[in-house]
Amino acid sequence: MTLAAQLPALPVIVPLVAAPFTLLFKPGRAPWAWASLISWIIFAACAAIVAHVANAGVVSYHLGGWPPPIGIEYRIDLANALVLALVSGVAAVVFPFAYQSVKAEIDERQSPYFYGAMLICLTGLLGVTITGDAFNVFVFLEIASLSSYALVAMGARRDRRALTAAFNYLVMGTIGATFFVIGLGLLYQATGTLNMADLHDRLVGQDNRMVEAGFAFIMIGIGLKLAMFPMHLWLPNAYAYAPSAVSAFIAATSTKVAVYVLIRFFFTVFGLDFPFLHVAFAWTLLPVGVIGMFFASIVAVFQEDVKRMLAYSSVAQIGYMLLGVSFGTQEGLAAALVHLVNHGLMKGALFMAAACVFFRLGDHRCRAYEGLARRMPFTTWAFIISGLSLVGVPGTVGFISKWYLIEASIEAHRVWAGFLVVLSSLLAVVYVGRIIELMVLRPPPKDGPLAGEIREAPLSMIIPMWALVAANVYFGFRTGLTAGLADQAAAALMSSAGGG
Amino acid sequence: MDHLILRVLTKMFFAPILLFALYVQFHGDFGPGGGFQAGVIFAVAFILHALGFGLEATRRVMPPRALLFGMVIGLLFYTGTGAAMMALGGNLLDYEQIAPHSTHHAGQHWGIFLVEFGVGLCVASTMLMIFYHFAGREPEIDSEDW
Repeated sequence: MTLAAQLPALPVIVPLVAAPFTLLFKPGRAPWAWASLISWIIFAACAAIVAHVANAGVVSYHLGGWPPPIGIEYRIDLANALVLALVSGVAAVVFPFAYQSVKAEIDERQSPYFYGAMLICLTGLLGVTITGDAFNVFVFLEIASLSSYALVAMGARRDRRALTAAFNYLVMGTIGATFFVIGLGLLYQATGTLNMADLHDRLVGQDNRMVEAGFAFIMIGIGLKLAMFPMHLWLPNAYAYAPSAVSAFIAATSTKVAVYVLIRFFFTVFGLDFPFLHVAFAWTLLPVGVIGMFFASIVAVFQEDVKRMLAYSSVAQIGYMLLGVSFGTQEGLAAALVHLVNHGLMKGALFMAAACVFFRLGDHRCRAYEGLARRMPFTTWAFIISGLSLVGVPGTVGFISKWYLIEASIEAHRVWAGFLVVLSSLLAVVYVGRIIELMVLRPPPKDGPLAGEIREAPLSMIIPMWALVAANVYFGFRTGLTAGLADQAAAALMSSAGGG
Repeated sequence: MDHLILRVLTKMFFAPILLFALYVQFHGDFGPGGGFQAGVIFAVAFILHALGFGLEATRRVMPPRALLFGMVIGLLFYTGTGAAMMALGGNLLDYEQIAPHSTHHAGQHWGIFLVEFGVGLCVASTMLMIFYHFAGREPEIDSEDW
């Protein structure tokens, strides 16, 4: 048995085995170094998986040697390979970045638990992405969620509001998981299987109340996890009060993975032949996506706290992805997938910049950003470039996503949706521009707690942050790896869904 | 001497509870039971000890540091058993690899036996750790502990 054959198991088993080791290390540098090393190994494994899937097609790995649909199957096609690459890539950047930031924000005695929880969260997110078994999705989703509740709560050392934020997140997340598993139970009752491909085969032609109810439960459950517009209330506080490194990691990965799960269930499990899916697209996903785009962007404009602003912007960006999915076309799906990856890259970079500011100034409200260009130029420019990417300026990944989305809305004969995308991007100009204006045009504060000599963030934070910023620009020009793969992934998903 | 009857009974029950936990643990693959239940029962013996003799006495018997190792080693035992199958040439969790030439799937038996052992150790330590934390909680948390 070669390493190549075991490759699909590595992203799940390596961080899971590595996580308990962190508890045995001396608090401080060792758990961090261990977690970073593991994150790089995982990234290498995921990169190898992507390369393999892109060349050789779908990979199926049978756990315990039990063939599907009886056994659990890890099934990797281009769509989840892409998400695997995003999650492991962000982890490989955020874990090294975390050291200084965590040292400043978290009690050193807790650092083994912190990095252990980060590794378990990574296990969960990768597991959700990689698995081809519907119940396995639930298990890994809970692994990821439970560890993120704990991680968010660790922000309590700097701001005790993290505790209520984490509790809110826990309650909402648990309701979401419960709904999801109720939906799975109904599907299991209707079909007697939990393997996704097998579910799809057995759901063909079934259009009864039970399957419809299962569908609705799954959509609402995952909707809570991905902060679909009216169910997003847990997200802003959780992102704002979590430790900075956690915000950067979770914001860039966890809602994206939930969007992937939604896409996977819609297209692979239910498929386009399921009549209820089109009802959900037209009457739920489309309005919710559009309202989310505007509502969350407008709220973001009025936020005084930059991390909260970025969090609301995330809700708005989820709206773009839902809009793309709701077209039910290959172009729309490609737009959603490419925005999923691109938004992970830009939000990761933005939250890392916010982490650098918090590291030096101890504040993430707007006034900490006044005159930042003169105090922390590298952080400022990282923020500006990834902010422009969020807006969708040409030359950045944001532009590619918006371009795909607008093209998809024209293809789907919904030109008005394209206009709305542009219009809500203008709102992004306002909220990003507001911070850029503070950073570049205002002088640094003369007195008060934020005045005084402020140095640039340490190199161990600057380098990973700029790696992600560079990815924002690089994939803005070289779109083969993101948009190209997303196109192929969307085509494969559509053909598995029985559509065009 | 205070609580004499309670303490004598606690001492009497302590060993049988542990024995029963081990029975549930090792009988788990033939009948009802298994690592999780066994772990809980195992931890119950120590919780009973803490109720009878006070938390400090139990902490001396079973220090929290040892529990941490129990949690880690238990978890590693059961993830490690699954992962070791990859080294033996099978897929993850493929316990057939333990006894590949067995005619009655002895590998599956041994695999689940090892996994259950890990689960039992991990659950017992975690249960007791949770109990320590709840029972030993300070009325007001020191701001240093945040």
